[in-house]
Amino acid sequence: MTSSLTLRAALVSVLLLAVFLLIWQGATAGFGAGGTGVPSGMDPEYAKLMGLTATTGKSALPSPVEVGAGLWNVLTDPFYDKGPNDKGVGLQLAYSLGRVLIGYGIAVLVAIPLGFLIGMSALMSKALDPFIQVLKPISPLAWMPLALYTIKDSGISAVFVIFICSVWPMLLNTAFGVASVRKEWLNVARTLEVGPFKRAFTVILPAAAPTILTGMRISIGIAWLVIVAAEMLVGGTGIGYFVWNEWNNLSITNVIIAILVIGVMGMLLDQMLAFVARLVTFPE
Amino acid sequence: MTSKDTFRRFSRLFSGCACGRHRSAAEHEAAARASEEARYGSLVEKTVLQALFPQDAHRRAFLKAIGGTTVAAALAQFLPMGMVTEAFAQGTGPIEKKDLKVGFIPITCATPIIMAHPLGFYTKQGLNVDVVKTAGWAVVRDKTINKEYDAAHMLSPMPIAISMGLGSNPIPFSVPAIENINGQCITLAMKHKDKRDPKDWKGFKLAIPFDYSMHNYLLRYYLAEHGIDPDADVQLRSVPPPEMVANLRAENIDGFLAPDNVCQRAVYDGVGFIHILSKEIWDGHPCCSFSASKEFVTTNPNTYAALLRAIIDASAYAQKPENRKQIAEAIAPANYLNAPPVVLEQVLTGTYADGLGNIKKDPNRVTFEPFPYDSFAIWILTQMKRWGQVKGDVDYAGIAKQVFLATECAAVMKDMGLTPPAPTKTIVVMGKPFDPAKPDAYVESFAIKRT
Repeated sequence: MTSSLTLRAALVSVLLLAVFLLIWQGATAGFGAGGTGVPSGMDPEYAKLMGLTATTGKSALPSPVEVGAGLWNVLTDPFYDKGPNDKGVGLQLAYSLGRVLIGYGIAVLVAIPLGFLIGMSALMSKALDPFIQVLKPISPLAWMPLALYTIKDSGISAVFVIFICSVWPMLLNTAFGVASVRKEWLNVARTLEVGPFKRAFTVILPAAAPTILTGMRISIGIAWLVIVAAEMLVGGTGIGYFVWNEWNNLSITNVIIAILVIGVMGMLLDQMLAFVARLVTFPE
Repeated sequence: MTSKDTFRRFSRLFSGCACGRHRSAAEHEAAARASEEARYGSLVEKTVLQALFPQDAHRRAFLKAIGGTTVAAALAQFLPMGMVTEAFAQGTGPIEKKDLKVGFIPITCATPIIMAHPLGFYTKQGLNVDVVKTAGWAVVRDKTINKEYDAAHMLSPMPIAISMGLGSNPIPFSVPAIENINGQCITLAMKHKDKRDPKDWKGFKLAIPFDYSMHNYLLRYYLAEHGIDPDADVQLRSVPPPEMVANLRAENIDGFLAPDNVCQRAVYDGVGFIHILSKEIWDGHPCCSFSASKEFVTTNPNTYAALLRAIIDASAYAQKPENRKQIAEAIAPANYLNAPPVVLEQVLTGTYADGLGNIKKDPNRVTFEPFPYDSFAIWILTQMKRWGQVKGDVDYAGIAKQVFLATECAAVMKDMGLTPPAPTKTIVVMGKPFDPAKPDAYVESFAIKRT
């Protein structure tokens, strides 16, 4: 039954994709004749100076075939390096991943211990709550000018913005997970006279692990969202810079390719944490 | 034996000095350095004196009464002439910092900075420069202030604004060279092709690249001259150049005064037409500048001088019409402007499609003359004052002298065998002459202002 459900779901997915691509192709081919000839009544000298969109009415949006061809070009040569402003998509992804892992790693190191503290102490939980509630909803782009101004280094600023945006879901989930460990288990630990550190590591941590992992999963998603925005702003390297650079060139084909690459990479990161989450889940 | 003789003759040829007047190369160099120091020194002092006493007769009388050296010594107390002069005289010594980062915004204004990389003008001066594309003016400003960039491409009002502390902490910046003259346009959306009179533009949303830009001041000037109040009758928005074409296509804005290649790109994509070139507002206006912090100049004088030589050299090369096509091809790839070569060619050669079906020819659409006239800075300051960006009394000449390094640029140009232009320049904006000696009267003369 389940296998046939998966099969049917996959079929529907493929069908949806095919319909989407067909509509896309139809919509983009609908513009003008799509020919390369000069339209009547236009000076050929003038037409030579103009783009195809202006002369033949070619759609500004590329067709799926063009995107596919562009994607092939980009993916077959992902690691070229033609100077500081022109690198292959693989190298750009590596830069972005590096920044995300550093920022996210620091966020993990801060959020989990602090989450334990908040979860285990009702006082700290109440005292820190207003700060968390105010800082949590701030957009990465709002942090950027402040970070650039105070840190005075664009690379570290980008890492800082990832840290500050991805720390909150982990912090809140850790605190919630720690606070909602079953009272019975804690009572058992107390009767057995387990010390506070041993209690934290052998009772609370395994019990709260699934909730903590859920927080980490939300956070990596946010970190990946933030890196694109941050790199579009500071430029230099990374997949966000790639998007900005292609936007600057008004190359919608490459922007769509970048969107695809960002989406696939984000999914992979999420799936990795989902795999870890499955390892620590326990049946109630 | 003959071979030995030949060898001796050759070795004498090589060990001797280049001009033949000195016994050895070392002696020649020492003499050359001494004469250069004297030349720069007197040149700097002369220019400062000229600024203090613009009338020849007064200056001569003053010098006669007090004596040349006394004057120089007295002036040196108030102006750090010695320091700057020394910095430039040392310009031929060993380079302190070989690996440099220079930031730029991908527009044709940055042509000399960018082309100096692929065409080898930096390496010719012994520099290893990385030109780094940057996302916007505020980011260029912050990265240069943070010393991530050693020098950068900035809008020419920006170093003035930074030095005065407008929009950031006051940090002394300098402009040793202007990047480009002219080279901007007013572009309007296709739907406005019948509204060519600015009086019909009430309610328009117009985009400019940055608040402290020539684009802002020129557009405001143009609108005000046609009786449109730029603050009340239209909406002016700061939009990064790459977003301008996309916004024009989406009809979020009605037009923009923007740097090329953005204007030509709007035409190329069929979303806009070129209403006028900025040179029709002020023929010969500066646009972008090559800037560095004063701190970089004083700590790395030789590097700075070498960098300046590369920029002046590149500008001189770019100024020649016959080189423009080659330059367009050199700066088009993704590493630099990332734009279609045909668009860049139209901007640089001045033979362009206007978007309304006509081919226009104007070889001076953009030119590359690096000399940073003080009067440029004074004009910019009058507009900052006119539109309320600065309040109170402004030391027009003082700030202009501090930021726009006309004297130093002239010295380096001379050193390179080029003839620097006369330090004054006639400025006429939309038929109205500007006298840099009377900036306050100029600001007062406008009907629409925010003082």
